[in-house]
Amino acid sequence: MAMKTCLIVDDSRVVRTVARRIAEALGFVSSEAADGRAALACCVAAMPDAILLDWNMPVMGGLEFLRELRRLPGGDRPKVVFCTTENSMEHIQAALEAGADEYIMKPFDKDIVMSKFNLVGLVEEAT
Amino acid sequence: MTPAEFQFVADFIYRAAGLVLTADKAYLIDSRLKPVMRERGIAGFADLIARLKAGTPAIVREVTDALTTNETSFFRDLKPFDLFRQIVLPHLLATRSAQHRFRIWSAACSTGQEPYSLAMLLLEERARLAGWTWEIVATDLCGEALAKAKDGVYSQFEVQRGMPTPLLVRYFEKQGEGWRIKDPVRHGIDFRPFNLLGDPAPLGRFDVVFCRNVLIYFDPPTKAKVLQRIGQQLDGDGFLFLGGAETVIGVTDRFVLEAGQRGLYRPAGSASGATTMPVCRAAVGR
Repeated sequence: MAMKTCLIVDDSRVVRTVARRIAEALGFVSSEAADGRAALACCVAAMPDAILLDWNMPVMGGLEFLRELRRLPGGDRPKVVFCTTENSMEHIQAALEAGADEYIMKPFDKDIVMSKFNLVGLVEEAT
Repeated sequence: MTPAEFQFVADFIYRAAGLVLTADKAYLIDSRLKPVMRERGIAGFADLIARLKAGTPAIVREVTDALTTNETSFFRDLKPFDLFRQIVLPHLLATRSAQHRFRIWSAACSTGQEPYSLAMLLLEERARLAGWTWEIVATDLCGEALAKAKDGVYSQFEVQRGMPTPLLVRYFEKQGEGWRIKDPVRHGIDFRPFNLLGDPAPLGRFDVVFCRNVLIYFDPPTKAKVLQRIGQQLDGDGFLFLGGAETVIGVTDRFVLEAGQRGLYRPAGSASGATTMPVCRAAVGR
């Protein structure tokens, strides 16, 4: 079976690098985008299995990207996990309403990503 | 905390308790040791490490306790909660229809994540449970853990490990930097101090017992005694959940593994093959 793909969308190169390491440790082939617009282009070219998505980014933010993504052909397929410092109930609810599958509040670690990926069926429990 | 300080603490706890701490667990050291340091008036990690090096007995014990406190999380391991919903609950609904009532014991509930997970699961099943009464009794030996459990306030880290975000939205409210479980979840649970080595008769009879990842800390005779006492309180047609790495083999013949379901046990002699629904992978709360 082909390896699953994960698109990491964050304007911080440091965060993308950390997230990439975690995604690859979980068995994903990963690619990166620095804003929502670039991420949409990636999705049009090849729809990933998973998307780790920051909220605040230049050009196009995470929420706007997610709404656009879900309108694309096949855009309902990727499991989208927000990964952001925004941690208010309002932000979380808005993300879920826009079609996010899960939500991670930064700071995050491998356990949290694995736990959330497991919840949305992207990875099996390690046990 | 500097990398050298982290390494020292990691080496210390490996020697003291065989616990392996990797670099991505640095936050754990921080959050677990800060209270010890505050309590003892220790200014920083350098000072703490100096005292560990000096072997100050009270500090060594407190640091070991703080770092080895049994890890727990919401919906820990996920699978037992799937088994509960897909096998145990349908069986209870079919066989307890005269009473319309069942009781669950979360033994060694630590800081409350297990009983709260069960309560959320049952609230999510409210349609199937209309007209039913359920009660969760949650016990722990540690007064501090139990106080935190009753309080029901969890850090951002704690509410993210294992918990589906839709459940966070439905059953928690933000309180400062933490997250507080809402009253309808809390009200289904009776938290009580209890030592597993004591007599559980005062807790009453149960239809389901969760006793996960605690027997591993006991020697075989103690394990046998604890299981025997749990057996006394468990309905003959009830269910026992143990941790994934735990077994009754060679310990007691009072319980038998439910065929093919790791961690799920039934009292010996009960009508086995409760409800043989296919167990499909489904996350809680979706």
